[in-house]
Amino acid sequence: MKYIDSSLVEKRMNKRILKNNLSKILFLLATLFGLVVLVILIMRVLIEGLKWVNFDFLTGKLSTNAEQAGIMGAILGSLWLMLVVIVCTMIIGVGAAIYLELYAKKGKLNSLIQTNIANLAGVPSIVYGILGMTLFVRALDLGNIVLAGGLTLSLLVLPIVIVAAQEALRSVPNSLSEASYGMGATKWQTIKRIILPAALPGILTGAILALSRAIGETAPLVVIGIPALIIPFPGSIFDKFTTLPMQIYYWTLDSSLVAEYANLAAATIIVLLILLFMLNATAIFIRNKYQQRF
Amino acid sequence: MTQTIAKKNESVKHLPRLTTVSNDRLSKQKVVYQVEGFNLWYDETHALKDIELSVYDREITAIIGPSGCGKSTFLKSLNRMVELIPSVKTSGDISYQGNRILDKHFKVEQLRTKVGMVFQKPNPFPKSIYENIAYGPKIHGIKNKKILNQIVERSLRDAYLWDEVKDRLNENAYGLSGGQQQRLCIARALAIEPEVILMDEPTSALDPVSTSKIEELIQELKSKYSIVIVTHNMQQAARISDRTAFFLNGEIIEFDLTESLFSNPSDQRTEDYITGRFG
Repeated sequence: MKYIDSSLVEKRMNKRILKNNLSKILFLLATLFGLVVLVILIMRVLIEGLKWVNFDFLTGKLSTNAEQAGIMGAILGSLWLMLVVIVCTMIIGVGAAIYLELYAKKGKLNSLIQTNIANLAGVPSIVYGILGMTLFVRALDLGNIVLAGGLTLSLLVLPIVIVAAQEALRSVPNSLSEASYGMGATKWQTIKRIILPAALPGILTGAILALSRAIGETAPLVVIGIPALIIPFPGSIFDKFTTLPMQIYYWTLDSSLVAEYANLAAATIIVLLILLFMLNATAIFIRNKYQQRF
Repeated sequence: MTQTIAKKNESVKHLPRLTTVSNDRLSKQKVVYQVEGFNLWYDETHALKDIELSVYDREITAIIGPSGCGKSTFLKSLNRMVELIPSVKTSGDISYQGNRILDKHFKVEQLRTKVGMVFQKPNPFPKSIYENIAYGPKIHGIKNKKILNQIVERSLRDAYLWDEVKDRLNENAYGLSGGQQQRLCIARALAIEPEVILMDEPTSALDPVSTSKIEELIQELKSKYSIVIVTHNMQQAARISDRTAFFLNGEIIEFDLTESLFSNPSDQRTEDYITGRFG
């Protein structure tokens, strides 16, 4: 006798196939959800902002008059900020990574520090804003200048840079440093001439990705107290400044008062997105071109 | 089985002559390394036990033994590279040219400029061929381009690599074949003008042709350098070395002139190993 009734199997067949197809559609929808929202967002931004992006807008000074407002000041502010962030994170972040990876003894203390660095990467950015406000703006009395903002954002992305640099240093094979030590090189000579050059592409990739995170940050700068309207362009790291995301924030905030501010915000978003895509493309380029396979 | 017996008989015949040669040469040779009562631990593991061994000037000393017997560990103790592993502890004495190298105040960088090392896997730097060779002299402060050029050429010539690479000195060393890379690593070790070269299974990652080239090279180098070579390959030890030490479980079972050790081993375990009964 047969245990499986083939007529029953046939009866159920269509239902099974239907379920099979449904599940596929369900997972496709899950994927599309994020993509569709992103496309809608970009479409809206492009529709609202694209015709506002022109030479005058890019090179002009800030103004309360929507027709005359330009974002050169914000672009320069963002660039100055990037300069402070990249210098600070490269020196401090790579320095800390070298210490943790190549000097510190591997033990309980090291793994405690390691865990905390990973945790710091997850601390909300506004908390860093408060830290920066207390430390740089108030205690060191720097005021809300580029340097204070840059140091605050550096704190924010340092954990990311440290972790990325550590991974890059770890990926340099021991056989290379052994060869160097074997010829009588000191530890520092080995680090400087062999390990760092080999790890540099990985370190740079991590640093650029961290930079693109810093460049899009708003919350810490809001806490530091970047004013809504700064007309003069920042000329050094000691000048007051505004940034692209700050400008987006204020214009969006005030779009209920002046309708055109929404268009200005959209146009600024386009500029910021282009800047971010350029940074990420650079990171990908460096990674693909220089990353060595040992 | 019959082969082993035949070999044994043959060796017995040669025994008296070999012993006299052994004594004769021992008395004349200058000692480069003197190892006395050397012990080494990885954490709780006693990896090297009471090692007594001498390395003689302008000789090839081979170290043979099964995997995990401490050969490489011992070799890396000779230039203190073994200390790169944090859990290592040592006792006893190793002296190099009369200097006790395990002393706390002994400058390990100084030792390693006199004792070059070649590793199991070719490990050129991800730099040009030229920069690979110039690296050692540069870290010791040589900046003069002319001198560096001369060092690079001489080192590559001494490693029999010059003719193969002289037209592409500025190309990345990773473009060389495995055998060429290993000769480059030997040339790189020669560039610091060492007195001793330590080689850790230098041919184990290479094909037979490259292996024989490197073996020839090692024998050429003997006229200028003292060489200590760890090898998995007993035939290689027999072919190229003057003296052989047989390591087993962290101990030296036998250390003698290569001819005597292979033809007339004094310890049963040595004989078992070299006749292929284990390992």
